[in-house]
Amino acid sequence: MKQPSVIPGFGLTLGFTLAYFSLIVFIPMIALGIRSAGLGFDGFWKAATDPRVLGALRVSFVTALIAAGVNVIFGTLIAWVLVRYRFPGRRIFDAVVDLPFALPTAVAGIALTAIYAPNGIVGQWFPFRIAYTPIGIVIAMIFIGLPFVVRTIQPILEEVSREVEEASATLGASRFQTITRVILPSLTPAILTGFALAFARGVGEYGSVIFIAGNIPFVSEIAPLLIYIRLQEFNYVGATVIAAVMLIISFAMLFFINLIQAWSRKRFGYGN
Amino acid sequence: MQVRIANVRKEFDRFPALHDVSLDIHSGELIALLGPSGSGKTTLLRLIAGLETPTDGKVFFGDIDASEKTVQERNIGFVFQHYALFRHMTILENVSFGLSVRPRATRPPAGEIRRRAMELLDLVQLSGLEKRYPNQLSGGQRQRVALARALAIEPGVLLLDEPFGALDAQVRRELRKWLREMHDRTGHTTVFVTHDQEEALELADRLCVMSQGKIEQVGSPDTVYDSPISPFVFGFIGESSELPVTVENGELWSGGRAIGVPAPDSKTGEARLFFRPHDVELVEHDASLAGVVTSSRRVGGTRRVELEIGGEGHKVEVDLPFDHPAGEKTRLSFRPKRWRLF
Repeated sequence: MKQPSVIPGFGLTLGFTLAYFSLIVFIPMIALGIRSAGLGFDGFWKAATDPRVLGALRVSFVTALIAAGVNVIFGTLIAWVLVRYRFPGRRIFDAVVDLPFALPTAVAGIALTAIYAPNGIVGQWFPFRIAYTPIGIVIAMIFIGLPFVVRTIQPILEEVSREVEEASATLGASRFQTITRVILPSLTPAILTGFALAFARGVGEYGSVIFIAGNIPFVSEIAPLLIYIRLQEFNYVGATVIAAVMLIISFAMLFFINLIQAWSRKRFGYGN
Repeated sequence: MQVRIANVRKEFDRFPALHDVSLDIHSGELIALLGPSGSGKTTLLRLIAGLETPTDGKVFFGDIDASEKTVQERNIGFVFQHYALFRHMTILENVSFGLSVRPRATRPPAGEIRRRAMELLDLVQLSGLEKRYPNQLSGGQRQRVALARALAIEPGVLLLDEPFGALDAQVRRELRKWLREMHDRTGHTTVFVTHDQEEALELADRLCVMSQGKIEQVGSPDTVYDSPISPFVFGFIGESSELPVTVENGELWSGGRAIGVPAPDSKTGEARLFFRPHDVELVEHDASLAGVVTSSRRVGGTRRVELEIGGEGHKVEVDLPFDHPAGEKTRLSFRPKRWRLF
């Protein structure tokens, strides 16, 4: 006789999950694949290695990587402050971290452009241009990616018990050694997750970046914008090719980060 | 190492956790800080460790004032209730940690660190598990790793905060015995905190009974058990029964009759009589405590009988051998063989 599982509804939930995934994720992606495949390998390769496309892809991925890296450092710091210290206004500060989630990205882009423009309140103090250069793109991506890093590290940091730090101190470790050898290693999986999320968000970001980027081909034109430009030229295949290439690169990178994560999770026994 | 706590007071946000506590811990002894939660025992342990700083008073390690020293400088071994192992490190790395974070000048070579860590793992009977991670071990094994890790730095004092509190009863008993043997072999001055009086009585050379931020009594397990100096200590250590009595004409009276117990010295008036349920004898005379049996339970090898004495609902417990014929009766008369009056 069939033994029913204690956890109810496997058939139903799996069926729903597959149907939902198909409608929302798989079918659009397959359409993307079919569309770009229609070009044939040579055509695809030619469209994908077009210098302007390569330039846009480079700008997109390099800036997203830099932004995610910056976010990991300062996001960890912010999570640390929010978890470890009690100060007036902490809850407000905590809520403000989520604002980039809620704010329309265009608003963020325009606001950042205004203050980082050469005559803006922050931009005027720098000897180099920030807005309308790749630096501006990085700043916009930092802004929108920050909550991902803070919100993934915060709960894990809360879980790292004070006792572990105290144990480290009683064993003679300096504060620096406690941070580098005890706290940070135990945060590694969460930091990787935060990095992956912030990176993915940065690569896909469109709204805020186009305002601050200046959008000069080969210098500060991001791939999502180039897709939009191709669409406006009615070059649907060209747009699809860029999208497909972005998708492949992003998927490869995220998959690699996931592997590292799975390995470190298994090792450290999270969820155990 | 000898540890002296001199007039230490500790407040948390104006809330006093310890009032003027002084305690001498002898070199090489195993002493238990025993008390209910909120008695300040863990605070005292953390003050010795340097994890807390006293509001007032000093802590001496030998002749040296340790109050000004940081945790790192005190060279203590601390074992936490929930192990506090580094979960991203193997067992070997956990045990080696204390030696490997030393400054280059005093750090032993890597091979020597490894050899010492392996030796300690052998001592705590965990050889062969050095490549595992903490989450692959059972609770009892983890706590032994924590102990090996603390011993690796050759601490002057070993401090254990409810070390067996998170373990189940059987493992706890085994570890208790094992810790006693370890202490006899290595001879570290050891202070451990517990709320379990049985554990303290079995394990410690001396007990320090604490209540509400004060030390109630310090002494050997026998002294504290046989001659408790306050009603709190009597009630907290071991089983106890309590009964209000009147002292008159050199005798104790309860419910208007003498109970056949002579009163000590010249005390008169109202008093509280304390005795152990197993320290009683059944008697037939009138001069005794007589009560109606309200409940009777078999507890292992004895029968615990609850009696109501007099009309005011005072209840006491006495122990009988489980097969004693008196266990069937509805009224019992007894006299405490040993007792204390407060």
